[in-house]
Amino acid sequence: MKNALRISCSRHNLKVVRDFVTDYLKAYQLPDLQLNQIVLAVDEVVANLIIHANSEDESQHLDLALDVSNKQFGIEIFDDATSSYAPSTYHEPDLQEYIRQGRKGGVGMTLVNRIMDRVEFSTQGRRNVCRLYKQL
Amino acid sequence: MKITQHSSANTLTLSLDGELDASSSVLLDSELAKPETLQFEKVLINCRNLNYISSAGLGVFISHLQQFQDAGVKLVFFNMQDKVHNVFEILGLDALMTIVPSETEATAL
Repeated sequence: MKNALRISCSRHNLKVVRDFVTDYLKAYQLPDLQLNQIVLAVDEVVANLIIHANSEDESQHLDLALDVSNKQFGIEIFDDATSSYAPSTYHEPDLQEYIRQGRKGGVGMTLVNRIMDRVEFSTQGRRNVCRLYKQL
Repeated sequence: MKITQHSSANTLTLSLDGELDASSSVLLDSELAKPETLQFEKVLINCRNLNYISSAGLGVFISHLQQFQDAGVKLVFFNMQDKVHNVFEILGLDALMTIVPSETEATAL
């Protein structure tokens, strides 16, 4: 089973990433809602890395590697952007205020944090890595 | 993402077909931003064939809701699949937006 994927930083590759995660998890016969949640969390992080960290520069790439062991889903997402996401900047959104302001963005990491059991961002040498974990 | 439009005297129905992510949500945003959308009393979103939504898709609805409310336009979702409804629930958006089971109920509002 293919458990690694390299994509260029184009938002058109989001569907490729979702299919990759869905195909890998097919063997585990997860309930529809749980499968969709995991795919969504990965999609949100990858979209942020493509759009914000790498400014949709298609010469840049993301490397994804996923794994299930001891009934725990885990994925690593590597990128080479000079800046990386700082989880300490996260704050819970006030949705009513977002609606009032007509805001388009700002709820992606909320979904990720509420869906996954563990969300880690770090830098290894010159590469940034995001790791997401979820008990199945 | 394919968007099919149907309009009657006071209602615009948009049927969404496909996946609404950071790539495809641009199309929906353009549809909802059209000035004529605010001429209707109701904008109904048929979600029967909406198979996926990410925060970018939700963001499109969040960003237009206030403008709709200010113009007296009701935004109503119907035929939503469980996995899509679940994403609204995770954020608590199901309490802030009008989501009903069927077109009959959406029309009756």
